[in-house]
Amino acid sequence: MLNNIGNLLIFLSIAVSILIIYFSIHSLKEKKKTINKKLFNLSLWQTTFTLTSFFALIIGFILSDFSLITVFQNSHSLKPLFYKITATWGNHEGSLLLWINVLVIFSFLFLVFNKDAEKKYRIYTLISQNVLIIGFFLFLFFNSNPFDLVVPTPKQGLGLNPILQDPALAIHPPLLYIGFVGSSIYFSAAIGSLLSSYEGRNFAKSIKPWVIVSWSFQTLGILVGSIWAYYELGWGGFWFWDPVENASLMPWFVMTALIHSLVVLQKRESLYSWVIILCLSAFTLSVTGTFLVRSGILNSVHTFANDPSRGLYILVFLSLMIFTALTIFFIKYKKENYSFNTNSKETYILVNNWFMAFYLITILIGTTYPIFTEALVNIKISVGPPFYNIVIIPLVVPFLFIMALAPKVKWISNKFKSSMNFFSIIALAILLNALIIYYLEPYSFLTNLIITSSIFLIIYSLLDLVNIIRKKNNFDLPRILSHLGFGFLVFFIGLNHSYSVDQDFNLKEGEKKEFENYVINFKSLNYEQYKNYKAVIGEFDLLNKKNLKQETLFPEIRIYNQPKTLTYEASIRTGLGHDLYLTMSNISRSEFYNIKFQKKPFMIWIWFSAIMISTGGFVRLFKNEN
Amino acid sequence: MKTNIIISFGLISFILLLFYFGLNNKNKYETSDLVGKKLSSFELKSLDEKNVFNSNTLEKNTFTLINFWASWCAPCRKEHEYLMLLKKKTGLKILGVNFKDRKENALEFLQTLGNPYYLLAKDHDGRSSVNFGIYGIPESLLIDNELNVIKKFIGPINFDNYKEIVKIINNK
Repeated sequence: MLNNIGNLLIFLSIAVSILIIYFSIHSLKEKKKTINKKLFNLSLWQTTFTLTSFFALIIGFILSDFSLITVFQNSHSLKPLFYKITATWGNHEGSLLLWINVLVIFSFLFLVFNKDAEKKYRIYTLISQNVLIIGFFLFLFFNSNPFDLVVPTPKQGLGLNPILQDPALAIHPPLLYIGFVGSSIYFSAAIGSLLSSYEGRNFAKSIKPWVIVSWSFQTLGILVGSIWAYYELGWGGFWFWDPVENASLMPWFVMTALIHSLVVLQKRESLYSWVIILCLSAFTLSVTGTFLVRSGILNSVHTFANDPSRGLYILVFLSLMIFTALTIFFIKYKKENYSFNTNSKETYILVNNWFMAFYLITILIGTTYPIFTEALVNIKISVGPPFYNIVIIPLVVPFLFIMALAPKVKWISNKFKSSMNFFSIIALAILLNALIIYYLEPYSFLTNLIITSSIFLIIYSLLDLVNIIRKKNNFDLPRILSHLGFGFLVFFIGLNHSYSVDQDFNLKEGEKKEFENYVINFKSLNYEQYKNYKAVIGEFDLLNKKNLKQETLFPEIRIYNQPKTLTYEASIRTGLGHDLYLTMSNISRSEFYNIKFQKKPFMIWIWFSAIMISTGGFVRLFKNEN
Repeated sequence: MKTNIIISFGLISFILLLFYFGLNNKNKYETSDLVGKKLSSFELKSLDEKNVFNSNTLEKNTFTLINFWASWCAPCRKEHEYLMLLKKKTGLKILGVNFKDRKENALEFLQTLGNPYYLLAKDHDGRSSVNFGIYGIPESLLIDNELNVIKKFIGPINFDNYKEIVKIINNK
């Protein structure tokens, strides 16, 4: 039943998308300056059908309709309702349907909210977006249909991977999809702009809100993914330079560069071609990321089931997308003359873009290098954190300085009025860094530079904040929030990295272990039975010898039945100053347990900083620029 | 301008081509070279854990199909009707190796869909299957009475594979 409804809705959505393209082409020939109402209605129908198909799949999961292959493979009748619902997008097929939903919703909203823009530009954008929609629908329908049947209908499902049964992970894909699938709309708008010659300031104005929306959600999506990795994977880290993490970070760099370049296009009618390239790259990289993750070409903790046919479809689609976009770009390309003064805001924004491009290329090379070596010389390698840390981290230092100084620089031409301010803030940053080392412990030379430059950015941003409050003109508030958030992020990551304590040892029930300022007492082991898993829970007393503060932590080993899996749940005590993090794992044929203790300073402030960065984006959306 | 066009198209084509080759790089787990080779001796526990089978057990049959399956594997359901058909139409001896499964689920699966196996073995932790060059399920090996691997089927057995097996058996 649901399988018929789902397939019918997908079929209707594809049909409406074709009709939209047909009537859009027709409408280009009309002389009327407004868009035919028929197109609005069709877009509304398209959105309704697509959304309903997604709800149909959610209902399939809620009702545990195991005749649907996706439900059979990813759900179980005993699972809590919340995880039945979130399992809808916790797999390849369902998440692809979510992906298409975002494409369709953005298409509709762009049509509705861009009434001031030229008709031709909006129509071309609509056509381009619908070509993307059809492409992904065909992929879904022929290769990854969540409404495919299993015959005969199994009585029970296989269950959702337990590590995906987590609240953070439930919201992680939707947030991330609004981010990187949202970038499709400015990919389409860039094509629309090239074909209709709707350029410059107006174009910048029409796509800016969409760039900001996708960037803000992308930031939040990455953050939630990191929080999940921190709580769930049991390694105590929050960023692993895993190919999937990189896949989400690459479009983010492009979006960040785009947000900044758009300001130049809007204020100075310059950098148009560069903005177009960024618009095209953001979505192209999102699809590349999807290719890397879903084709099974790379090994990662996140990769979906390996399926080369899936990869081939995405690869063909990706190639068509890139080559069509590039061809249109080169045909319509007009040479621009940049005559930027070296000491002007536009130059600094260009420098920002260079940094973003550098980070992007580094991560792209790191992520795809293993594929290249395997395809070319048949050598399997993996590029890990050391590569990224060596290449990326040193360049963060000048980047932070520029981030602090650039907003102060004027458009067109600037004269430094006072270098006093600059030097006194540097002196203050160095002093604060020295105080941290004095009261805590010394760290490496590079960390000194990073902490100092992040303090420099924080002070500059705080001064800006005071300034706008004093002047009661809060136009710059979004930028200050994001820059301040970034300063804090680097600052706290630097401290977290330098002052983390990490201890690994084996203990059995009743034993104690002493190290540094702590004593860990393995008090007892308890067994409990829950709805969908059994738990072995350890009780550990942790005494801080310095302040005699005692905490009790309860790490768990969970044994899930559907599917049969072991997971290790960290026990985390979050505090304003630091998190205490304890995991235990069993050692086979032994009464000993492997205990991993970590003290992670300022974790909560790392999350807070990332939220602050994205808040800047959301605030900008609600601020009238004029 | 021309140089820009050539560089951009060239570079992107290069990357996409490498992606394509990467996608087709299947030598990671290639086990099809098993065909024509003799299976080394093995020992498997029966599903009810009462008996042990070894390579000698299979030497009595003209042909044996060793099928690796599990109740949790969706494609195994798909191929099951062809296994039933093979048993019914040709009397082919099929040894089922239940892979990383729970006994009660496996038995329920066979009760619902029928039991095509003349022997049922278990491979609870998936270790024995590795010795057969199995890296996923369903997979099947057709062997003769000297334990030579005649054919290897990766993925579910379909109607074409069914016809192929019937042809091999009838030709002998």
